[in-house]
Amino acid sequence: MGKAATLLTATKVRGRLGWTDMLAYAYLGLGVVLMFGPVLWLALSSLKTPAALLEFPPSFLPLSQKTVAVPGHDKPLELYRVRLDDGSVKELAQVRRIGIQAQMVDPAAPQTIIRVPIDRREPIREVAFAWSNYSEPLAQFNFARFFGNSLFVTILATLVTLLINSMAAYALSIYEFPGKKAALLMVIGTLMIPITIILAPVFLVVTKLGLNNSLWAVILPGAATPTGVFLLRQYMLTLPRDLIEAARMDKASEWQIYARIVMPLTLPALAVLAIFSIMWRWNEFLWPLAVLTKSESYTLQIGLNAFQGELQTQWHYLLAMTVMTLLPVAMVFVFLQRFITTGIANTGMK
Amino acid sequence: MAGLTLSGIRKAFGPVEVLKGIDLDVADGEFIVFVGPSGCGKSTLLRVIAGLEQASAGTIAIDGVDVTAMRASDRGLAMVFQSYALYPHMSVYRNIAFALENMGLPRAEIEARVMRAATMLRLTDYLDRKPGALSGGQRQRVAIGRAVVRDPRIFLFDEPLSNLDAELRVATRKELASLHAEIGGTMIYVTHDQVEAMTLANRIVVLNAGRIEQVGTPLELYNRPANRFVAGFIGSPRMNFIPGRIGADGTIGHGAAATPLSGVDTGAAPAGAEISIGIRPEHVEIVPDRQADSSVSVQIVEQLGGESYLYGLLPDGTALTLRCANESPVRRGETVFVRFQRTRLHLFDAAGAALTR
Repeated sequence: MGKAATLLTATKVRGRLGWTDMLAYAYLGLGVVLMFGPVLWLALSSLKTPAALLEFPPSFLPLSQKTVAVPGHDKPLELYRVRLDDGSVKELAQVRRIGIQAQMVDPAAPQTIIRVPIDRREPIREVAFAWSNYSEPLAQFNFARFFGNSLFVTILATLVTLLINSMAAYALSIYEFPGKKAALLMVIGTLMIPITIILAPVFLVVTKLGLNNSLWAVILPGAATPTGVFLLRQYMLTLPRDLIEAARMDKASEWQIYARIVMPLTLPALAVLAIFSIMWRWNEFLWPLAVLTKSESYTLQIGLNAFQGELQTQWHYLLAMTVMTLLPVAMVFVFLQRFITTGIANTGMK
Repeated sequence: MAGLTLSGIRKAFGPVEVLKGIDLDVADGEFIVFVGPSGCGKSTLLRVIAGLEQASAGTIAIDGVDVTAMRASDRGLAMVFQSYALYPHMSVYRNIAFALENMGLPRAEIEARVMRAATMLRLTDYLDRKPGALSGGQRQRVAIGRAVVRDPRIFLFDEPLSNLDAELRVATRKELASLHAEIGGTMIYVTHDQVEAMTLANRIVVLNAGRIEQVGTPLELYNRPANRFVAGFIGSPRMNFIPGRIGADGTIGHGAAATPLSGVDTGAAPAGAEISIGIRPEHVEIVPDRQADSSVSVQIVEQLGGESYLYGLLPDGTALTLRCANESPVRRGETVFVRFQRTRLHLFDAAGAALTR
């Protein structure tokens, strides 16, 4: 706590708030709002009831009307603050509404019905979290299945990506061979081809291979990423040549050099690539949407899309499940951000 | 342990020829030092022997078996790198054991060999440490241990002491010498430091611009350098060279003084030939005026306590360095009279080759 306080009250000159400090804090504050505002809005909105979601003007906190159980009534009644004829203000529960008149009772004396014009009453609201937004889709929809699919795709694709990319990077950084530059240029060149262009041809290939609706159709086509190859190659170039040569003198085979010398030393870059890959794969939408058509093979992102109907969108479920989808990646980031920053600094990637 | 034969080794990087035909025989158990200035090709030659570079021409034979086409890992050599090249993610033990594991030795044998090497190099207390937690000298010993443990046919050292401070360098130099005495392997050692070369080598190979200038024992190189380059390279401070000319009566005239040098065997050189007279600083004596070969005006005096170096100019402006035992009373700006020890004179012809005498 002490550290956080020191950080948040830091000034350029100790104990004096200069105008540069104010500017810096204003800028950083704006950054925090820009970064976290939408996420916070999403998280709070995911706990609102459908009615509260559609309310205008929107409320920041998830609010709903306070209710009270009144003897003689099966359902809890909504509470209102009512200005009575004599000018006093009382909290009454509404039994029913007829036209512009509301029949209300005092929860303390439920026998007497009081008639109140509706413009004299005002709903009493309290913060209430609509956890049902979470529990209902988790129970009704095959969310666990989607989650499992996403997990499978993310983990396997990341492992395959790390393996393939590191081997390519090893060849492109450690070995000298004719055409090495051309190979590297071609790898980097593919960075310039957007997925939308190759979507159809790759779809045809996948279909011919009979992989439609298989999770491997999502994993395999994107396994070799030019970004990853480039990132790892740049990192491996910084490894001292002497180490490789020492390993050769030590009778290590090329596979042993790769697995026992180069891979362990490339760990920081591998961690960065792993984190990127996890985020890419977890959030991937367009390609899975194209190849996964059966709901049992849906990943989370595709499952979320199902909440968005042609005529009606179930915003409360959509928001709640979006939060669920964000959580794992956020966790990965929270725990591995140390690697990301050091790794990015080391790989010289910006 | 093994002998090594190099014949006609050439190595070119693109249009740049770094090695221009190296022929050398290394006997079994010999400690050979490659010495030469930066860029002379000594490290490249070592890497060609190791198999890390492919020779452009020529053959390498170990114990009579041609290994030119063999890969580095199959030649059975061990190398200590200038940067030590320890695997930073492995403990000292794993670093030393790595090669043995690759050779597929049984675990017990690996452990026995690592422990033996570690004991010899006083590394037993550090076996669990990573190289990053070791001092420079300890890393150096691990690098040597990694080579020793394999029981290689030939040890290759690529300037192994150049990253150590002066004191540690002297200590490690002694350790290397005793290591060679103890295990008696064939060792090839590359350095640019002629003191290391003189103290460690059985034979020194002086390289210059991709060629061997001379091969010989340290004292052979010191006493009978084959040419001006070797004469200048071996010995510190370097040898003085004074331009001269052989007179008709067999004396040597030089610009520095009126009296030509007499009593020097000029060998087969014809009268009138332009030569260089080489004399080491330690072979120049300060003498009374009438015995002198020349006078020297002293420019700089270096007092090292046990010995002193005087840097001065001969009357014709040629620089001359001389060494005096102990402290010297001579001060800067004074003129002293010197005599060159006749038996220690070296004569080189215009092309730089030593005159045959």
